[in-house]
Amino acid sequence: MSDKVFMKGCEAIAEAAVRAGCRFYAGYPITPQNEIPEYMSRRLPQVGGVFVQGESEIASVNMVYGAGAGGTRSMTSSSSVGISLKSEGISYCAGAMVPMVYANMQRGGPGVGTIQASQQDYFQATKASGNGGFKMIVLAPATVQEAVDMTYQAFDLAERDRNPVLILGDGVIGTIMEPVVLPPMKSDEEVAALKQANRKWAIVGHSRDEKRGFLSPGYWSTVMQEEHCIQLDKMYHGWEENDVQVEELYLDNAELVFVAYGTTARIAKSALELLRAEGHKVGMIRPKTVSPFPVKSFDKINYDVCKCVLDIEMSIPAQMLYDVKLAVKERGAVDTCLRSGGNLIERGDIVRKAQEILSGGVK
Amino acid sequence: MELNLMVAGFGGQGVMMIGKLLSQAICDSTDYNVTFFPSYGAQQRGGTANCFVVASDREVGSPKPAVVDELIVMNDVSMVKYRNNVRSGGMIFTNSSLVKSGAERDDVTVVPIPVTEMAMELGSLKVLNIVMLGAYIGYTQLMDENLVLDCVLRLLGKKQEFIELNKKAFAKGLEAGRKAKG
Repeated sequence: MSDKVFMKGCEAIAEAAVRAGCRFYAGYPITPQNEIPEYMSRRLPQVGGVFVQGESEIASVNMVYGAGAGGTRSMTSSSSVGISLKSEGISYCAGAMVPMVYANMQRGGPGVGTIQASQQDYFQATKASGNGGFKMIVLAPATVQEAVDMTYQAFDLAERDRNPVLILGDGVIGTIMEPVVLPPMKSDEEVAALKQANRKWAIVGHSRDEKRGFLSPGYWSTVMQEEHCIQLDKMYHGWEENDVQVEELYLDNAELVFVAYGTTARIAKSALELLRAEGHKVGMIRPKTVSPFPVKSFDKINYDVCKCVLDIEMSIPAQMLYDVKLAVKERGAVDTCLRSGGNLIERGDIVRKAQEILSGGVK
Repeated sequence: MELNLMVAGFGGQGVMMIGKLLSQAICDSTDYNVTFFPSYGAQQRGGTANCFVVASDREVGSPKPAVVDELIVMNDVSMVKYRNNVRSGGMIFTNSSLVKSGAERDDVTVVPIPVTEMAMELGSLKVLNIVMLGAYIGYTQLMDENLVLDCVLRLLGKKQEFIELNKKAFAKGLEAGRKAKG
């Protein structure tokens, strides 16, 4: 109890990043993630780090590209429409194999949308975060504690793979305050050692005896570009085996299975508890990584008794639905329960939809 | 146990601070999960503001429940807008200096506390939220009042003059809350 602190999601993400060794942040203001740069502007100078409020999202992400290329643990963040602007830089990081972490605290869309919480960026996060068909590990926290733990882990994953890692939150996760236990602060020595370990690829100024550092987001040779894509593809497949994070609840003999991530998942879980208290056999799959998607969890569903797999998202049109359908592989019915525009899904919406399905009204 | 509370009023009345202080006190002194959700948008002084506090011995589901157990309304607009969001058997604490509309339902308990007037008696309108927080704690006995007061002083006590003022405001509210409970 004594280790608990009461923190706002955005600030907790920023503190977790600092504790993970992040020493460079560049960003540009946008609601609902302003507390990340605000916190970083105060906190990073205290630990010898650098904060820059760039003149734009594009400038900021390219500063992170540069700082990451120098082997410094680096981060940016934005929300939806701002993330779109950063997509070129993120693709460059993926192309040049520069590790970086970024957070998208999603708001309503398309376009400038609304400033309230939504999950309208699922495709952008998991399928096409920039040009060139690259993939990323995408972590989707449902609580402030999870946002902290995932941010801390994200820097290790980004560095391991030399690839961007995305924290996919939303306006609720960024704005709420919850009790959290913060991870240990990496010491200056540890941070220096991490940077030193990146010398083997980072652009840090090598002596004439060492191999010249060179990072490029592209190749002159089509052969080399293809080989690069093949190597990346191998890495992506490796994630499916080793890096899936998922919470599975009551899948045995479930007559109805909820699938939801992030803020929606915590609301779906409260609906599940209500329904189970009434004797309904409801289970749940909560992707904690929406990429790689927890495909194998769907093999644990007993499709002889499961009436429906219900995709629950704060996005209209449904987006995660397509991953759900690919994972269900036509073994059972799939339906949706959706809200959009920045309107929070309500427990009652989910309960009503579930009751409709369980009483036989499935599509 | 689960507590769902909504606080609503004008921007500038310290609506968010009531929710934040209560949540912080719950976080500091209990093992409950607690989520504080401040609404955000184009709020400004004089506009509308609201926030939610959900505390539970289980995982907190929606940080913004559609139906709440308790509602604190600091102005009349909020009373009219949110009185039907309270569950049957729930409670509405009103700033009766400004809230003139009734609940227009008889399945909720209305606790009127004239916090604007009480704050003016203390010499500063700024502390009307602390008066309300005191009244809420005094009435509900949700937790040890000293734990909440500690929190108020820790978060708002940078200047000595405010420490005294907040102490007085909290005590005045507490007394009114207890009296209302009877």
